[in-house]
Amino acid sequence: MNNWVVAPLLIPLFTAVILIFLHNKLKLQRWISLISSMLNVCVAIYLMVQVRTTGIQTLNMSGWAPPYGIVLVADMFAVLLVLAASIVSACCLLYSFRGIDEERERHYFYTLVHFMLAGVNGSFLTGDLFNLFVCFELMLMSSYALIVLGGTKRQFRETLHYILINVLSSTLFVASVAYLYGATGTLNLAHLSMRIAESGQTGPITVVSALLLVVFSVKAGLFLFFWLPGSYGAPPAAISALFGALLTKVGMYALIRTFTLIFYHEVQVTHMLIGTMAVATIILGGFGAVSQTNVNRILGYNVIASIGFISLALAVSNHDALQGAVFYLVHDMIVKALLFLLAGILVAETGTERVNRMGGVLSHSPLLGWMFLIASLAVVGIPPLSGFPGKLLIIQGSIEDGQYILAAAGVILTLMLLYSLIKIFILGFWGKARRPREAHWKQSRKLLLSSAPLMMLIIFMGVFAEPVMPYVQRAADILTDPSIYIQAVFKE
Amino acid sequence: MEVVVAVIVGILFTAGIYLILTQDLLRIVLGTSLLTHAVHLLLMAMSMLKTGAAPLLGRGKEQFVDPLPQALILTSIVINFGITAFFLVLSYRAYQKLDTTDMERMRSESAKHRGRRR
Amino acid sequence: MPKGSDIFLQNISKVVVFIILAFALYLFFTGHGSPGGGFIAGLMSAGALLLLALAFDIDTVRKVIPFDFKLITAIGLLIALCTGTGALFFGEPFLKHAFGYFQLPLLGKTELHTALIFDLGVYLAVVGVTMTILLTIGEDN
Repeated sequence: MNNWVVAPLLIPLFTAVILIFLHNKLKLQRWISLISSMLNVCVAIYLMVQVRTTGIQTLNMSGWAPPYGIVLVADMFAVLLVLAASIVSACCLLYSFRGIDEERERHYFYTLVHFMLAGVNGSFLTGDLFNLFVCFELMLMSSYALIVLGGTKRQFRETLHYILINVLSSTLFVASVAYLYGATGTLNLAHLSMRIAESGQTGPITVVSALLLVVFSVKAGLFLFFWLPGSYGAPPAAISALFGALLTKVGMYALIRTFTLIFYHEVQVTHMLIGTMAVATIILGGFGAVSQTNVNRILGYNVIASIGFISLALAVSNHDALQGAVFYLVHDMIVKALLFLLAGILVAETGTERVNRMGGVLSHSPLLGWMFLIASLAVVGIPPLSGFPGKLLIIQGSIEDGQYILAAAGVILTLMLLYSLIKIFILGFWGKARRPREAHWKQSRKLLLSSAPLMMLIIFMGVFAEPVMPYVQRAADILTDPSIYIQAVFKE
Repeated sequence: MEVVVAVIVGILFTAGIYLILTQDLLRIVLGTSLLTHAVHLLLMAMSMLKTGAAPLLGRGKEQFVDPLPQALILTSIVINFGITAFFLVLSYRAYQKLDTTDMERMRSESAKHRGRRR
Repeated sequence: MPKGSDIFLQNISKVVVFIILAFALYLFFTGHGSPGGGFIAGLMSAGALLLLALAFDIDTVRKVIPFDFKLITAIGLLIALCTGTGALFFGEPFLKHAFGYFQLPLLGKTELHTALIFDLGVYLAVVGVTMTILLTIGEDN
């Protein structure tokens, strides 16, 4: 039992509730939310150290033993993602002090962000399928409100689609929970894994796993992503950065968790399906990114494509590929947040979202340009940056397994993403300045400052990949060997 | 008894999906809430419909019902209550802003909007 | 609906609202060992307030209960969270509850349970959320 496991959930929840009382005091709101997110980062680091030294940490909520009560499990994979989520959210909050207008701040923007963060952290840490659903809903409810906050026509339209899609997938989630409970009589992830390993993954259970695959794919944007580019482009940059970095990754986490811990017996059916969906996502997402001219939409398709790429690793599911998946997932959270934030500054400077109407930004804000270039190179996976180790491991893993098509898809995707991002760079930053805006530039220099930590992290994770690797390795150990997870949950 | 519930779940699912596929926003909201009801019934049916005492200690009863699905259903009802309420408020606001509850017209308007910008 | 337009509804609801609230109170306290609890009691109380709003109008309800319902939600959430967190200070797992038997002046030997405080939080949160939503839609005509 370790009560620290619940802290990444409790801190944002408390902050969110306290901020409701202070919704008119903007300065105080900003300070409290910043301090709380910093605290979250510290707690996540502390948890990570604990997991490193003493193994998986668990907490049986209200003292009920595992298969009966709800258990929170902090293994290395979950803790790494919690840490990444906390860092990303801290930077996005820092950005939103200047990037979000006061009207939104007064309408509970920070409260909603913290509720969402609690949902995200809860989804990472929970060891119970139904509790995962609850945390998902907490996260989604706040995201609905965040998307529509501000209330322009476009936001309403996109939010309606977004809610409808998510309500449908949540309904399917509960249905698959019902079927699983009917078939196995438990909802604890570790217990489910044990029961299914004992009785064998029969046909009906495989069908339920396919249903869960659909549910999580909708949330992650794996193949069923038609709603994503529109709804992520509707809110302002700080919010789309949070969405792009966190929400889809939670879906991806759920996919990896369930298909490595529970449904790993019928690989030729489920993982084959995941592989097919991954390749399709990569192709469609890549073409989407290449063909768009709207900055936010290009980034939206980038999010989709990288989800496809991580799913490649899940389809292969050997140790190397999963190691790559963990590394890439963490990297992707950070780099996508960075890209969305930088794109937000770019749009604010040029006053348009269309790349072919921009131009010459490099001449009056060189720092923004070079940061954008480095971030793009990190997405693509140029060696000294953080995208490289993850990408290498995933492709290496799929070649080891003889999955040459998957590996090839991954490599081709890289080229497409490079093209789509360099297009923004060339059209947006090179050439003649169309609308020089001196007034905005001072503002955006402060905004740039808030994305600097993410930038440094990208470089750090790339250059010092060696000291990061043991953590990633340990996360991948648990993903390849479910018994470690099961033993940790039932040890008491 | 399970068969009856299964049929009801089927009917609710059909009706819900039919409503969601219509164009009117209000009907879509109703459709989602029907779907969630269907799922709750499904949860109840999947955990076997049996009668018995409430699962409390020290009541001296022979047969207890399974408390877990009921807890799940209650949680799910609470969540869906929140979401449906939010969805309704949002639809109302969207109606005020966009002057229509017809999804088709919302889309065509957005296409027009996009065309103009181009 | 203009004020004073429906005498029957107004006069009946003056009585009925209190019956509903009393029943909600009963449900709230019985929830520990029998069907009932904070959520359903909260919904029922919100229903009673809604009946008031229908019979008279929203301004009357605002006058009767002069709080911001969003704050009520927040207070409720805070209470619920604090009872959960309280366990941490006694080295117990999160959400662990305590109970004991006390000799109370009027009631005799009574079981007191921290889960009741949690339920109070749930009750306030539900009333707050429901009323916020209803008033949001109801307020602009």
